[in-house]
Amino acid sequence: MNVVVCVKQIPDPAAPQSLDSGSYNLNRSGKLILDEADTYGVEMALQLTEKAGGGEVTVVSMGSAADLTGIRNALAMGAASAVVVSDDSLRGSDALGTAKVLAAAIGRTQYDLILCATESSDGYTGTLPVQLAEILGLPSVTFAKSVSVEGGQLSVQRQTEAGYDDVVCPLPAVVSVTAGVVEPRYASFKGIMAAKSKPVDQPTAADLGVAAGAANAGQKIVTVEAAEARQAGEKHVDDGDGADKIVAFLESIKVL
Amino acid sequence: MAISSIWVVAEPADGSFTTTSLELLTQARTFGATITAITWGGQAASLAAIAGEYGATTLFDAGDLGGALAGAPVAGAIASLVASQGAPDLILIPTSYDGRDIAGRLSAKLDRTVLTNVTGVADDGGIVTEHPIFGGTQIAKAQFTGAAPALVVVRAKSFVAESAGGAPAAVQSASSGDLGATNSAKITGTHVEEQEGPKLEEAAVVVSGGRGLGEASAYSLVADAAKLLNGAAGASRAIVDAGWVPYSFQVGQTGKTVKPTVYIACGISGATQHMVGMKGSKNIVAINKDPEAPIFQIADLGIVGDVHKVLPALIEKLKSR
Repeated sequence: MNVVVCVKQIPDPAAPQSLDSGSYNLNRSGKLILDEADTYGVEMALQLTEKAGGGEVTVVSMGSAADLTGIRNALAMGAASAVVVSDDSLRGSDALGTAKVLAAAIGRTQYDLILCATESSDGYTGTLPVQLAEILGLPSVTFAKSVSVEGGQLSVQRQTEAGYDDVVCPLPAVVSVTAGVVEPRYASFKGIMAAKSKPVDQPTAADLGVAAGAANAGQKIVTVEAAEARQAGEKHVDDGDGADKIVAFLESIKVL
Repeated sequence: MAISSIWVVAEPADGSFTTTSLELLTQARTFGATITAITWGGQAASLAAIAGEYGATTLFDAGDLGGALAGAPVAGAIASLVASQGAPDLILIPTSYDGRDIAGRLSAKLDRTVLTNVTGVADDGGIVTEHPIFGGTQIAKAQFTGAAPALVVVRAKSFVAESAGGAPAAVQSASSGDLGATNSAKITGTHVEEQEGPKLEEAAVVVSGGRGLGEASAYSLVADAAKLLNGAAGASRAIVDAGWVPYSFQVGQTGKTVKPTVYIACGISGATQHMVGMKGSKNIVAINKDPEAPIFQIADLGIVGDVHKVLPALIEKLKSR
């Protein structure tokens, strides 16, 4: 079974985030890492191919290829190859534009299943997996907290507001997986060494015959302003009286 | 550009529409436009009165989906309606698991951009949407630059739902057209993992736990305190991902949005992911060992201390009242 995993390299969420002035694009000039949300899809793909007794995992991404550390990380975990669509004309793409680009890139690979995170940790639009499925004419199951494949059919536990649903779906399909669905493995030393020589295809938008980027986005950011700030209130170091303080506060707001 | 026609995706739930759907219908009325609702699930006839009360004149019914996930068939029905009726200026879609699926499918079908995580919509020489970014510390405003319809996915509790007492909406059926393989994901079972007591999104008191609890068993402290306060228990993404509590407990970006009278955060540091879902609470109490935890920046009362000491003491005091 061949599995494609859509991944994204993002600025380290632990570092302060900012927008470029003018374009309002997220500032990506610093170090980029593999979005942690994507490591679950990579792990799931590796487990599914291992269980199927064969097949390859391909990671597909759109973004700058100047720093491929995050992509190499996915390869070091065990993915066989990567496709990174890197093209300055794609900067400022919206989720639909990105989905078109990824669909075109995925169209050049062999796949039975496409895995995505539910949303990226930097843009968190959260529509890409389904847009991708629609463009490719595939069914989709989003917010999967458990995924198994038996006889060419997917069985998924899909999160709902109240709990979860059991969902079945034929392959090929697109599935978005939640964080925590599996425990991502750490890359071994051997894996890290092997990743250095694994193929990373880098097509341009023209190679794929798609146009995206800010000019095609259908939206623009007009302003960014500071939100009304909440003021920090009293901060009290617990000295055995923390619970009393809370009770008094709850009384003051008439909850007690 | 005046906004003359708005469609609202009205998600059915428990014999009515979800609260977020009603919030969107209410907000749609502020534009003075014709409001059309779209629903599914086979109960449209009994929902016409509610749709009308909240301002919709027509309720399109995509029908019983036969166990299929809603995304493909409902987006198919809306796309068919756009083809037959012409595009509305704006389509409002609630942020929910199915809402996001519908929005994504529809975006690709109509080749229109979709804006998500929206907390405000206004007509300001075009449709302008508000998006909290960086944990809600900043608000980005975005404008649609392409052709109608503007697809907008709105977060829960961005508006207050109010009935306007309108006459029942006229129900018309809407066909999904040929969906091919896209409609082949089917639900075979449903599991409810909700807690007893008030619903997390509706409770006046929410007590939430995070990684600072140290281990899964300590979550019982959070659950006990919530129960004693007639509230609901919530959780940060970290402990949901760790499997301590079900996803339905999660408050934040990917979880639920809550706006209780008081939110009590126990051992939650305040990741931006979490803050987006609870920042709108009327009052915030935080208990955390780390005096530098970001949660203290928005807490009305911050207790710098060990949740394993403060919570048991609080529980004792509540029990003795």
